[in-house]
Amino acid sequence: MKPILEIDNIGKKFRIQHELKPYRSLRESLTGIFRNTKTSYEEFYALKNVSFNVNAGEAIGIVGKNGSGKSTLLKILSKITPPSEGKIISRGRIASLLEVGTGFHFELTGRENVYLNGSILGMTRTEIRSKFDEIIDFSGTEKFLDTPLKHYSSGMQLRLAFAVAAFLEPEIMIIDEVLAVGDAEFQKKCLGKMEDASKKEGKTILFVSHDLNAITNLTQKSILLKAGSVDSFDSSIKIVEKYLQNASAETTYRKQLRDEIHYPVISSVNIKTSFPDNTHVADEPLTLEIELHVPKELPKSVTWMSIQISDFRDKGFVHVSTNSREIKLCKEAGIQKVICTFPKLKLYMGHYHVNVFLAGPPGEKIYDVVKNVCPFEVIIIGKEFDWKWKPELCAYFEDANWNIN
Amino acid sequence: MEYEIKPHRKFDFGLTELWSYKELFYFFAWRDIKVKYKQTVLGFLWAILQPFITMLVFAFFFGKMVQSASLNMPYPVFVLSGLLMWNIFSSGVVNAGNSMIHNSNIIKKIYFPRLIIPLSAILVSVFDFLMAFVIFLAVMIYFKFKSNLDIHWISFILLLPVSIVISCIASFGVGTLLAALNIKYRDFRYLIPFMIQTLLFVTPVIYPINIVEPPYLKQILALNPVYAAIEILRGSMTGIFPNNDLILISIISSLVLLFVGIFFFRKTEYYFADLI
Repeated sequence: MKPILEIDNIGKKFRIQHELKPYRSLRESLTGIFRNTKTSYEEFYALKNVSFNVNAGEAIGIVGKNGSGKSTLLKILSKITPPSEGKIISRGRIASLLEVGTGFHFELTGRENVYLNGSILGMTRTEIRSKFDEIIDFSGTEKFLDTPLKHYSSGMQLRLAFAVAAFLEPEIMIIDEVLAVGDAEFQKKCLGKMEDASKKEGKTILFVSHDLNAITNLTQKSILLKAGSVDSFDSSIKIVEKYLQNASAETTYRKQLRDEIHYPVISSVNIKTSFPDNTHVADEPLTLEIELHVPKELPKSVTWMSIQISDFRDKGFVHVSTNSREIKLCKEAGIQKVICTFPKLKLYMGHYHVNVFLAGPPGEKIYDVVKNVCPFEVIIIGKEFDWKWKPELCAYFEDANWNIN
Repeated sequence: MEYEIKPHRKFDFGLTELWSYKELFYFFAWRDIKVKYKQTVLGFLWAILQPFITMLVFAFFFGKMVQSASLNMPYPVFVLSGLLMWNIFSSGVVNAGNSMIHNSNIIKKIYFPRLIIPLSAILVSVFDFLMAFVIFLAVMIYFKFKSNLDIHWISFILLLPVSIVISCIASFGVGTLLAALNIKYRDFRYLIPFMIQTLLFVTPVIYPINIVEPPYLKQILALNPVYAAIEILRGSMTGIFPNNDLILISIISSLVLLFVGIFFFRKTEYYFADLI
């Protein structure tokens, strides 16, 4: 069987004017003619030589840093913008969900918006009518059907929007970051719906997300885009690991501070691994240095800091917290440095990253959260035994005493 | 179903594709009409009041001035018939011209033939016209009794749709052209209202074309694409068509503008999402 999508040498070229303006004014164009000055353009490829095939029923993830061409690729696939080079052969109806709720109008009621949005996404009126009850049921907004959308909470709007999208029936579905919003429960529901679409109904899905967990759950294969080209096309787990590996080899995370802050923030996080380049040997000490920026002292309040080390699926493996009796945080304005050392980091080999939380007393304000920083790799040296260490064998090492009776 | 996505080289009007998206067109028009009247307290009354008040103002100030024999009808009927057609054109051009910018959110996210957007914007002005038409009928009947206005009802009913279609063609041509230009050069946002206002006074909407003497000047005025619509509507009421050659000039002008507008729009359409 022929692949449902053949992407053949796609390239997208942009001309950047040196003054960065989204549009020109007529005056500039006119004076340009008379002055006979040539505006300098720079050619820039957002995508270059991108080729891959997708078979019917496959779910493919697309990962890459911001600016690697993910969105441009999706826009070309959904015909919003044409490619400058190459061609794509599609053997099915493509529906793209680059943003849920596209075309929602706040003055219209929920019911009216379902029809409008469905139609924009490519459903026919009869199709929408036949699925209307299911859509409303899935969104859980039946009580507000005839209320203008402007009175909906943002969560309700999102649920309604996703519900419409979930009942699209194209052969190929393109999804961009739609799950980045909404509460955890609804996200789970959406993921479930998408899983059904790909695994049970055999729909082809192209899925772009920064949620690497969702990528590995939903897709078997993924593409890593790097500076507009396909870096690799492999199993999703391998791609995600690779992505994290070269995502940022920076040992220090630093926050751009805006002028006005009223609460303490985590201004930088630095990791000291046993080897340079964010490589750490299992069982060696690991140190994290965290800088807090305290705009005004909080003498009466108690501040906690906790650190979590998670893997690429964002599953936590290590969680430690400060003890408020011993570690007094944010007691005076200025910069405070906190050093946290794990004397023997017993994580198994793999790729990990750090999350740091700073919060007031339980139930009160969370001051700052820093996620997905200081990625590092744990390797195993000097623990050889007769068998080879395999990836994903376990999560952490344990010391054990062996005896023979 | 198999299709290709390729760089664009060949030009076509894309009418078959446009037809396949007729339902979306209907939804856009429905949305625009619904939203327009939902946000206003007086709702549909606006569509009636606006031309009626304009008519009163013009009748008050210009009524005596333009009392020439060529009118064939009382000035208020004359000016209102002109204004109704003019409003289809002017509000159509304004709505269509700004429609792409207003819908930029959708354009950036979803594919559909972009011509749907200015097209549905024009449907809103046709809808406004239908509302205002009620007041026009009332004014006509009033003058029928007051000054024995003789109306050829049959030709009026037959030619009214022709007038409407010509106004739509005129506003669609100019509207699409401006919509496409507006994306590239935002100056047009300011230029459009100014242009419409000027055009109203230099075209035979509120005065008869015979007010100017030299034939060449008449021909220039007839270049106004709405002129044909107005003249046909007025002619259909009185049964007198004095300026058939001028009507032809106007129709040709609107067809040329339609072609140019759609051509330019289709030429630049592919890059709207990159520019907007």
